[in-house]
Amino acid sequence: MNQHLIFLPVLIPMLAGVLLLMPPFGKSKSNRRIASVVLSTVTFLVSLALLFQVHENGIQVYALGDWSAPFGIVLVADPLSTLLVSLTTLLGVVCILYACAGDDEKGSFFHSLVHFLILGVNGAFLTGDAFNLFVFFEVLLIASYSLLMHGGDKKNTRAALHYVIMNLVGSAVFLIALGILYGVLGTLNMADMAQKVALLQGDDVYLAKAGGLLLLVVFALKGALLPLHLWLPNTYATAMPVVAALFAIMTKVGVYSMMRVYTLIFGEEAGELSHIAQSWLWWLALATIVMGTIGVLASKNLGKLVANLVIVSVGTLVALVAVQTVEASAAAIYYLVHSTLVTAALFMLAGLIAEQREDVADCIAAGPPVLQPKLLGFCFLIAGIAVIGMPPLSGFIGKVWLLKATLSAEYGMVFWPLYLLASLAILVAVTKAGSTVFWHYRSELTAEVAKQKSIHPAQIVALIMLTVAAPLLSVFAGPLSEYAIGAANQLHDFNSNISMILAGDL
Amino acid sequence: MELLYASCVGVLVFCGVFLILRARTFPVVLGLTMFSYAVNLFLFSAGRLSFNEAAVLGYSAKYADPLPQALVLTAIVIGFAMTAFVVILAIRGRADLGNDHVDGQLPDINNDIDTKGKL
Repeated sequence: MNQHLIFLPVLIPMLAGVLLLMPPFGKSKSNRRIASVVLSTVTFLVSLALLFQVHENGIQVYALGDWSAPFGIVLVADPLSTLLVSLTTLLGVVCILYACAGDDEKGSFFHSLVHFLILGVNGAFLTGDAFNLFVFFEVLLIASYSLLMHGGDKKNTRAALHYVIMNLVGSAVFLIALGILYGVLGTLNMADMAQKVALLQGDDVYLAKAGGLLLLVVFALKGALLPLHLWLPNTYATAMPVVAALFAIMTKVGVYSMMRVYTLIFGEEAGELSHIAQSWLWWLALATIVMGTIGVLASKNLGKLVANLVIVSVGTLVALVAVQTVEASAAAIYYLVHSTLVTAALFMLAGLIAEQREDVADCIAAGPPVLQPKLLGFCFLIAGIAVIGMPPLSGFIGKVWLLKATLSAEYGMVFWPLYLLASLAILVAVTKAGSTVFWHYRSELTAEVAKQKSIHPAQIVALIMLTVAAPLLSVFAGPLSEYAIGAANQLHDFNSNISMILAGDL
Repeated sequence: MELLYASCVGVLVFCGVFLILRARTFPVVLGLTMFSYAVNLFLFSAGRLSFNEAAVLGYSAKYADPLPQALVLTAIVIGFAMTAFVVILAIRGRADLGNDHVDGQLPDINNDIDTKGKL
């Protein structure tokens, strides 16, 4: 058991990002690609090792610089955060592989930026300190700003401008919230905050409430929850497909932060402040599902369609976070893994289809046929079935589980009809999109064109890696759901979290 | 002192929000900068305001909380980088889109007057 293992998923991408700018890799395209794939694979393997280590030995805490909590900054590796770190690094490997087919040369520094993004996301998942969470948010955001502009055109600049301004305001609000919380609690370590919140008295309670709900605004912005979701469809649809696939994890960072903050700090044990955000989260999540579904139905091209599917998945996840039971959290963890992989696969598919259909691109309209209808069509079928939630793939398992978790009368009455109707609408929209794109030809394929448009093998490998995730997630649903239940138990186990994190190094 | 400090932060936030809501990128960038100044001041005050208290132990009878100062430093550095990025992005937007409107196109003023005239 190696205690420094916790820090490696943050450290390796950072060093990799810097290393890829250095002469041996910066100058030569093939060197850079090989190094990038190798380094991201190493990060993924390290994350898996950490996952197994945490699974065997339970939650682990790493005090940076050996300054023990609550004075120093700690990294906390519990089953949930390590699962998400592994998911992020897996997505990183797949996206880097996909980009090696040529997308990485459409702008500068693609590989370094992806590694920096992975650094930020991993850090945000692992950190146990609220201010450190802000810092890692900024790291992942600045990498995402540049990636969004990567190989972009005019439409891209506009979307990026909106995205950057929105997020800068979000960061400022984040700092205000942290200032308020530090002012009343005197600590920024999340476990310590959770302890102190219960002891607040008098006016401090209201200040902490204001701070806690300001945090909700920030996480809603990052996670694209209803009133703050408008940036997402344009941003994701104008970004390059591989970048959009990578961004599939970024909204999940917002959802994860909500899980942490509103389960640990403002959860069960927070005295007067317990469950402050619950009613907000619940109704906003339902409204997000509705708006996302309307967006899915109204989408005129595949990129927008998938972006709106991301919004629906965020709404679903936040609804589960709002329920705040162990079972709902477990369902959320399973659904989170599933939806990240499947939407990433769909973004890549939309990109490949757009490349093959000339000026029609990814519009849902009759156009030239795609070159590899069997490969693309079959991948679309699998990803489509998974995202709709039809048996036998992972979406169905996730859906049944989350419906079961919301069965109790107070939630089920609203959630069941709404969610099932939304699923029906998604079924209609995705089926229509698939049949139009694959079956409605306008012209025949000429041999000459066919030669130009073939898919690079790296892209095929990346696409298949993501697409097989859906069947694999349902084949291994048993162990995975056990793991998710364990992770959810740990997330809700207030006392063990506090004592483990504040006990310092183990 | 608290009143003065709080009013400063409040006025800065007011100006910042007002400017962020403008339609051109330059005022928006200025607004973001002012907003981040306000945030930095606010973050600083999280450690309570006091006179003659060093943040280092042993220099004065009472000492100030050093953590907010460290946080402000971090926030300033990050805010500086982000502002630099948004300035470059705004310039690129001006070049790419041909105008400095945040939506990339100027609203058609004549058209607006027409519809208002009909109403």
